[in-house]
Amino acid sequence: MSGEHDHGHDHGHDHGPSSPELRAEALESLLAEKGLVDPSRIDDIVHRYEHDVGPMNGARVVARAWVDPEYRSRLLTDANAAIEEIGIDGAQIERLVVRENEPGVHNVVVCTLCSCYPWAVLGLPPSWYKDFAYRSRVVREPRAVLREMGLELEPETEVRVWDSSAEVRYLVLPERPAGTADLDEKALADLVSRDSMIGVARVAPPSPSDV
Amino acid sequence: MDGIHDLGGMHGFGPVRREASEPKFHARWERRVFGLLNLTLAAGIGNVDQFRHAIERMEPVDYLTAGYYGRWLHAVESLVTENGVATAAELEARRIALAQGAASISSSPSSPMKPPLGRRPMRRAVTVAPRFELGERVLARNVHPAGHTRLPRYVRGKRGVVVEIHPAFVFPDTNAHGQGERPQHLYGVRFDGAELWGPDAEPGVSVAVDLFEDYLDPVEVAG
Repeated sequence: MSGEHDHGHDHGHDHGPSSPELRAEALESLLAEKGLVDPSRIDDIVHRYEHDVGPMNGARVVARAWVDPEYRSRLLTDANAAIEEIGIDGAQIERLVVRENEPGVHNVVVCTLCSCYPWAVLGLPPSWYKDFAYRSRVVREPRAVLREMGLELEPETEVRVWDSSAEVRYLVLPERPAGTADLDEKALADLVSRDSMIGVARVAPPSPSDV
Repeated sequence: MDGIHDLGGMHGFGPVRREASEPKFHARWERRVFGLLNLTLAAGIGNVDQFRHAIERMEPVDYLTAGYYGRWLHAVESLVTENGVATAAELEARRIALAQGAASISSSPSSPMKPPLGRRPMRRAVTVAPRFELGERVLARNVHPAGHTRLPRYVRGKRGVVVEIHPAFVFPDTNAHGQGERPQHLYGVRFDGAELWGPDAEPGVSVAVDLFEDYLDPVEVAG
């Protein structure tokens, strides 16, 4: 890579005028000076997404849908109303759509054009979701990508990929694992992984030590 | 635009790499940029379509090497300069001053008015009925606009089926360019793997893409 393009995010020790550190600081300081941005609000937003918003929200939605068939049905028809019903602020998602995995049908979510992701229920996306390999490949060879990521699907299972190309955001409702009949909603939510709600994993059954 | 960002179906990016116990941000500046973008849009400096288009217009090499928040940083700079909030020269002067040890951000008096965080709503009520119906076969137009579009290359000229009629939203192709909102219906359109990728498609695979009405034509029914 030539020097003039050598400003990737791995170069955390470069603090020259073109470093991302200084570019970000210059922006923040100018916008603050002009009264357009309040730096303390940046702290608020970052804190919110580092601590309060994350896949635990989506996991609560999934667990509720597993234990309450009427909730599940509301979730599949009007997901925005259903997440607000359990106290999740869905303001950042103008239209949330939940796709249910079932025997013979597996759903998986991507955004090929950028990295659209349902922040309110899953928090900020993992790096692999934003990277070029996942974005380019999962629409073309989802079975191969899922296999690489550790999810082997039966050949007869239909794979439905959802490319979030507009303002609709998708959440996968994974299948409830066997051996969880005795678990309450809270224990079920603890089983639900972020990756299962993107559609690149199954929800693993509880390990024997948890039961 | 037929840019580097439109990655669906491209070869050559290798395996999906997962990062073990990944932090939400990898550096302090990424946190600042994350907050800055949210506040910039909340302050009405540009809109989310302008933001996305600013990223698409990056030099392809920069797009590929800047990282996710590096792309955001570039886009916030574009929103600020292209909407007349600050000039590129002002930004550069500030960077140089900071590099030479100028005092960092002066603590600004916290504004008494706190606008809601995040983007402004893009959903709109329209009075026209949707042009297409559930289950209808549609053709994604084979068009190659030089500006912003959310019609990915890999579905252009391909036939699919409407599986969902969403509410109407602002049309990104005009909204990114200050040409008005032109709100219109949005459809979930499902394409068979074989329609997209030919005989090499994996069996039993489909891809659904959310497409605006202006991206679609009806499929003529023969006979």
